[in-house]
Amino acid sequence: MSWFLRSKANIVEDTQKSMPDGLWTKCPSCSEVMYKTDLEDGLFTCKKCSYHFRIGSKEYIRILIDEGSFRETQDKIRSTDPLNFVDTKDYPSRIVEGHKKSGVNDAITTGVGKINGREVSFACMNFNFIGGSMGSVVGEKIYRAAKYSLDKKVPFILISASGGARMQESVLSLMQMAKSSAILAELSESSVPYISILTDPTTGGVTASYAMLGDVNIAEPGALIGFAGPRVIEQTIRKKLPAGFQRAEFLLEHGFIDLIVNRKEMKQQLSNIIEWFYN
Amino acid sequence: MANKLTFDFEKPIIDLEQKIEEMRVLGQQIDISKEIKDLEGKIEELKVEIYKNLTRWQRVQIARHPDRPNTLDYINNCFTDFVELHGDRKFKDDPAIVGGFANFEGKSVMVVGHQKGKDTKSNLYRNFGMPNPEGYRKAARLFELAEKFNKPIITLLDTPGAFPGLEAEERGQAEAIAANLLLMNKLKVPIIVIVIGEGASGGAIGIGVGDRILMLENSWYSVISPESCSSILWRSWDFKEQAAEQLQLTAQDLLKLKVIDEIIEEPLGGAHQNPKQMYDVFSKVLAKELQTVSKINKEKLTKLRREKFYAMGIWQE
Repeated sequence: MSWFLRSKANIVEDTQKSMPDGLWTKCPSCSEVMYKTDLEDGLFTCKKCSYHFRIGSKEYIRILIDEGSFRETQDKIRSTDPLNFVDTKDYPSRIVEGHKKSGVNDAITTGVGKINGREVSFACMNFNFIGGSMGSVVGEKIYRAAKYSLDKKVPFILISASGGARMQESVLSLMQMAKSSAILAELSESSVPYISILTDPTTGGVTASYAMLGDVNIAEPGALIGFAGPRVIEQTIRKKLPAGFQRAEFLLEHGFIDLIVNRKEMKQQLSNIIEWFYN
Repeated sequence: MANKLTFDFEKPIIDLEQKIEEMRVLGQQIDISKEIKDLEGKIEELKVEIYKNLTRWQRVQIARHPDRPNTLDYINNCFTDFVELHGDRKFKDDPAIVGGFANFEGKSVMVVGHQKGKDTKSNLYRNFGMPNPEGYRKAARLFELAEKFNKPIITLLDTPGAFPGLEAEERGQAEAIAANLLLMNKLKVPIIVIVIGEGASGGAIGIGVGDRILMLENSWYSVISPESCSSILWRSWDFKEQAAEQLQLTAQDLLKLKVIDEIIEEPLGGAHQNPKQMYDVFSKVLAKELQTVSKINKEKLTKLRREKFYAMGIWQE
């Protein structure tokens, strides 16, 4: 019997590393050790078990958009602190940290580019920026990117990776669900294709709005996709969740995802899908 | 009055009320009616002082009062000829969302709302007002029915959130809410949304897109409940008061943030203190709002609704 009882559980290191740095990296799924350059060549998937590492907009632009064709838009929009929100840290310092950690200006990057020669309006979330949380900026950038699609009649491609709505903007974040859905309603009425790509993780208000509303919903293998987070569900039902629960394959089985596409085939498959709308 | 749930911040009022009761007993022997009258006047002053200076957390507590009028209470007291329609015609009926045909001041309307219980038994039946996907899909079915027959829609929001359960995820809780957001942005009939109690997150907005968004004075509407916010950001359940302050979730806050159009005034101390008065005010405001939106041309209405949401959010550039 020890003299002191531990009052809190040990700190457990998060097993999912968002972006590997250093020369070597270890696959969180199968523990395979890989050269960083090999990992990059494999589009950030494990060469042994095909585990898909979490990546951000910079990587997805390189993977999906024709070289040299991407032009970022709306990069001047920045989050402010409308509610003067302070929890254990104030919101402005979380924004600064998010910027440092991710190298991007907010939880979404938007722009225009080409996929195998076909112009698209492209939006991609950055999970490294405050958990990819959706606030006013994310909502506004989605609105403008979708509006570009509507005006130019080009497909709208959106890659989601988010823990949900951004708490620090409270109800304003919540309203972005309705705002993004409103512009998607316009796209839908004008028959402009909208393709939603769900990556690890996509949860909360993002899943419950634009991420689920694609004419085609594509998921990456193994991506966590759901409304409530797994921990919240476990607390509610007081049971361990079954293996594979809320993973892309589970959503496919239950009918909420059209197809699962490996990152290495994503560009070609996306291109095939876009061409269907034109031919 | 005896078994009614009261809050800590109401204790000074309760204490004074008890004192008056004691004096009344005493008053049967000697005449102290003047003292009683003075004290009653003091109670009224105290009530005004306490209830006009509620903190955000105190309002959250009032919004959750078990005797607070709920959706069916409003339906039964402000509408007539209610015909409840059940089920999503896909999977099952969800008692956490109710809806159906009703008549409001001579006109047919579709009314849909979250439904909480009043006690443990009814709350278990209503799943504490936490809908499953079939609840949102039932709402969608009723919205489409209203659209087909050109009747205005009224939705009443009162939920601690969409149910975070295993089966809810299996059946696509997120998809059900998302589909409703899209649908409500496409409908051409007028939609009036009223937050009557708790408006927690996606579970609330899942039936909350409309032309006019109103809130009762002591209701709350936010991206997350103060408790969950405390547990996530402070990693403890103990910061709910601070979380409520930070989230700025009251009707007054949302009016300032231009998220809602109007606040519906409640009786002093909350809707549960005087439900009849509440129903009267509710009906008056609803009648006025319905008249306003019904005048707008149908094509324009949907456009204006979308523009209303496009304007929401604060950023810099």
